[in-house]
Amino acid sequence: MEFLGIYHYWVFAVLLMIGFYAVVAKVNLVKKLIGLSVFQSAVFLLYITMSKVSGGTAPIFQKGEVDQIFSNPLPQVLILTAIVVGISTTALGLGIVVRIKEEYGTIEEHEIQEIDRR
Amino acid sequence: MNPQLLILAALGVPLTGALLIGLAGRLNDNLREAITLVTAGLLIACVWSLLPLVYGGGRPGVELFEVLPGITVAFKVEPLGMMFAALASGLWLVNSIYSIGYMRGNREQKQTRFYVMFAVSLAATMGIAFAGNLFTLFLFYEALTLSTYPLVSHKGDQKTVRSARVYLGILISASIGLLLPAIIWTYSVTGTGDFTAGGILRGHVEGPAVGLLLGLFVFGAAKAAVMPVHRWLPAAMVAPTPVSALLHAVAVVKAGVFTITKVIVYVFGVDFLFAEPSSSWLFYAAAFTIIAASLVALRQQNIKRLLAYSTVAQLSYVVMAAAILKPLAEVGAAIHMLAHAFGKITLFFAAGAIYTASKKTELGQLRGIGRRMPITMTAFTIGALSMIGVPPTAGFVSKWYILAGAFQADNYVAIATIIISTALNAAYFLPIVYMAWFEKDNTPPDQAHGEAPFATLLALSITAALTIAFFIYSAPAYELEAQLVRWAP
Amino acid sequence: MIALENHLPVLQVVVPMLMAPLVVLLRPRGLAWAAAAASSLMSLVIAIQLVAGVLSGTDYSYALGGWEAPYGIELQVDDFSALVLLLVTAASSIALLAGKASLDQAIEQHRQPLFFSAWLLVLAGLAGILVSADAFNIFVFMEISSLASYVIVAGGTDRRALPAVFKYLIMGTIGATFYLIGIGLVYMMTGTLNLADMELRIHEVADQRPILVAAGFITVGLALKAAVFPLHVWLPNAYTYAPHAVSVFLAACATKVSLYVLLRFDFVVFQQNLLGHELQFAAFLMPLAVLAILVGSAVAIYEYNLKRLLAYSSVAQIGYILLGASLVSIGGLTASLLHMFNHALAKGALFLAVMGLAMRFAQLDLRNLGGAARHMPWTAAAMAVAGLSLIGIPGTAGFISKWYLVDAALDKGIPGLALVAVIVAGSLMAVVYIWRIVEALWFAEETENTPQGVREAPAAMLALIWLAALANIYFGLVTELPRELATVSAESLLGHLP
Repeated sequence: MEFLGIYHYWVFAVLLMIGFYAVVAKVNLVKKLIGLSVFQSAVFLLYITMSKVSGGTAPIFQKGEVDQIFSNPLPQVLILTAIVVGISTTALGLGIVVRIKEEYGTIEEHEIQEIDRR
Repeated sequence: MNPQLLILAALGVPLTGALLIGLAGRLNDNLREAITLVTAGLLIACVWSLLPLVYGGGRPGVELFEVLPGITVAFKVEPLGMMFAALASGLWLVNSIYSIGYMRGNREQKQTRFYVMFAVSLAATMGIAFAGNLFTLFLFYEALTLSTYPLVSHKGDQKTVRSARVYLGILISASIGLLLPAIIWTYSVTGTGDFTAGGILRGHVEGPAVGLLLGLFVFGAAKAAVMPVHRWLPAAMVAPTPVSALLHAVAVVKAGVFTITKVIVYVFGVDFLFAEPSSSWLFYAAAFTIIAASLVALRQQNIKRLLAYSTVAQLSYVVMAAAILKPLAEVGAAIHMLAHAFGKITLFFAAGAIYTASKKTELGQLRGIGRRMPITMTAFTIGALSMIGVPPTAGFVSKWYILAGAFQADNYVAIATIIISTALNAAYFLPIVYMAWFEKDNTPPDQAHGEAPFATLLALSITAALTIAFFIYSAPAYELEAQLVRWAP
Repeated sequence: MIALENHLPVLQVVVPMLMAPLVVLLRPRGLAWAAAAASSLMSLVIAIQLVAGVLSGTDYSYALGGWEAPYGIELQVDDFSALVLLLVTAASSIALLAGKASLDQAIEQHRQPLFFSAWLLVLAGLAGILVSADAFNIFVFMEISSLASYVIVAGGTDRRALPAVFKYLIMGTIGATFYLIGIGLVYMMTGTLNLADMELRIHEVADQRPILVAAGFITVGLALKAAVFPLHVWLPNAYTYAPHAVSVFLAACATKVSLYVLLRFDFVVFQQNLLGHELQFAAFLMPLAVLAILVGSAVAIYEYNLKRLLAYSSVAQIGYILLGASLVSIGGLTASLLHMFNHALAKGALFLAVMGLAMRFAQLDLRNLGGAARHMPWTAAAMAVAGLSLIGIPGTAGFISKWYLVDAALDKGIPGLALVAVIVAGSLMAVVYIWRIVEALWFAEETENTPQGVREAPAAMLALIWLAALANIYFGLVTELPRELATVSAESLLGHLP
């Protein structure tokens, strides 16, 4: 069952598309940001998935143990950084949404366009 | 002074002049115009002191800097450029005298900008005349287009700006769209763009590509106004008359035919082009332009537009002569640049003088004007005779050489074209002359007028005298330009 | 000094990054600006030293924290990165120096320290991208610069900047995330993040599908960041509604840094190793480049808002840069890199002049700018000069890159002629839109919207506007510096081809 064997990649792909769909299709700016977060989280999962080694544990040396198998720690470290970036992006995005609400009184994309066109 | 310095001075003097004119413009009008005249005089001194050297066979040159590997900004004086520079600088002085009368007489706005841009245009013209390679030529060619734009759009109203847009649009589009690719093509096949006696393209392009490349050059140099890229010239007539006179009868348009002649002689090589059948279309294009433009001129009612179409036809004389590709015809092409310049600038001066004195711009208003403005109309008559090619005027001399070249090549189409166009020229110029001298004056009494201001009369008398003088004594010009073809192997 | 010389690559990032939090603390009037300008100038000095260094053949490789590559993070500066570093730091410095008066208008006094702090973070991020030789590190710096640039674009008073920035944020984040997916996939197959190491290892797995997918993700992600047509939709509004000084800074260099990563990644990592990548790369980018030139210029012709007109022109100019690269030849790449440099000069100068105009004219609509040249002749003249450079008139910087581009296209035979036609058409359209600006400034009548008492831009700003305009002429005649950097970079990029 090759399909099931790589199911976590399917999870990644499906999450990615859900997020992307929300970014493109939703007109509410907050919902767009939620979609963006889902989109980014999918990528986090991709990294975590690839670092997993069958039977591997957390990469910590234990006294007396030899021939330990570790999961690759590097992608996990990378993704910690990426998570920080993601949070910053979401925070900044929400900040901008708040400002838009203050200035335009709405956070619906089409209504904002309507106001600007006037 | 050493010739290298003189070449640089020919560029530097008008530019410095422009700067000083700009500064003086805020202080005093008389000072500004004095500086213009002094600058023009200095430029003549610089350019003309190169004459003996070039006449004696010297080819002074100077290289400024290398922009890209193999592509330099360099100058080299050869007979054709020498003549062009001497002509433009000489007539600038006359034209400056005229400008003073015209601009004051018509109380034009923004006179300082006018004189500044005029000086800049002359610097660009000198750059074109002395250019030692295609790149340098192109650099100054574009500089000339851009620096004349403010002059054409001088009036600043909607109609003028629209015309100026046509002017700039055609000149810039053609030069970027056609001339530049032609130049890059030349550089990329030959590795050089230096003007070399006998041409540089032999052995690098052949077959129909030669005709195509020639086409890019000829229509790219839209300043030569070969149809169908001639529309900018009538459009440029919205400019003040001194601009039309010096720039659109001499400097700018001659820069176009100069570029074409120079490309034929020094880039293609006369013999190479003569042996290549795909290049023969140029001759027919020029012949067509001569006839067609003359026919259009017949139908014009506005004096300046008529002169503009006459210029279109006369420019194609030069192109056609160059395209006959025989030594005498090449000389004829060079001499016709000179001869046409004297005659046409006189005509424009006269048209401007009429406008200044009476605000008349249409042919129908000229009835009997000869009695009110005898000096102006005498000059106009001389100019018109020169355009037709009647002795004793300059136009006769150049037509003689072109015809001689046509016989040398047994080119009967050229001969026929010249004969037909002469008849057409007569058909649109002689009625004006007749009307001005022999018909009854119909000016309403409240619009009575006399001659134009003295400065304009002085200028047009000088050029009319030059038109006749050139008929009597043209040997030096012939001998200078004969070197053009004696060079070629 | 010897010791410091070795640390130049890291200093390029560290100086603005350390200054950023300090600037926040500088509350007194004008001090934050002074500190930001000073540290930007210091970055410029470092960049100039790096340029001088690479020209004399110094190899700047820097193991961050002493950890050698491929385990540690490596910083590396070569001709290509030095060229773009020079652009970025110069653009930032001149925008800050000239933009003081304009920024004082746009940003309230108490928010200025925060704004300048964000500005320095943009600078640090862009510099970081350029010095880094580590794929993930580039991602991090890319996000630092992007997040900070969202802040400075939205920093002004125009509320329309907010939706523009939101769009910019969404599209920028998607682009960066695509890039992240791409390097994740590459890492999965090769186990390295160092670009040079990646080049060696990717060879063994080049035929595997994840690598192909990675190449796609990375190219598209970076193309989004670089505003390659048709992924450019975020750019026009972001440039239009940003504070004018920010437009100067970002228009001159921001997209070029993304293009830098795109070229570097594609040529160093993929080009040699993927079968047929050369063809795919060209086949993907060339049509986009052609479309960018034609569509961008055409839209600019019909645009009335001066800043948006210039922004669409940027979309077209990015097309020229890509067109050169997609020829995959020394000549083409040289043209492409030269155009990065020359376009930055022209567009920087144009936006500087726009900033000058904006000091006096609240509305930058071509229909409302009548009489501008009468009252501000110097600003208007500088704009004309920079415009000529954008068109590519000989004697200006823009001409040099067009020459190289046409020359490189002609080398490609008959299809090359079609490309020449596109380049020429683009230039002619540039004539039209630049001339619309010139006519609006010089010949249009004053309208009732013309503000009263218009006078020339402040002297200091005017001096810098003209410095930028004259640079366009200088680099149009004396071309050795950008030419040498571009040629060497092109050769080293192409050196990775078999």
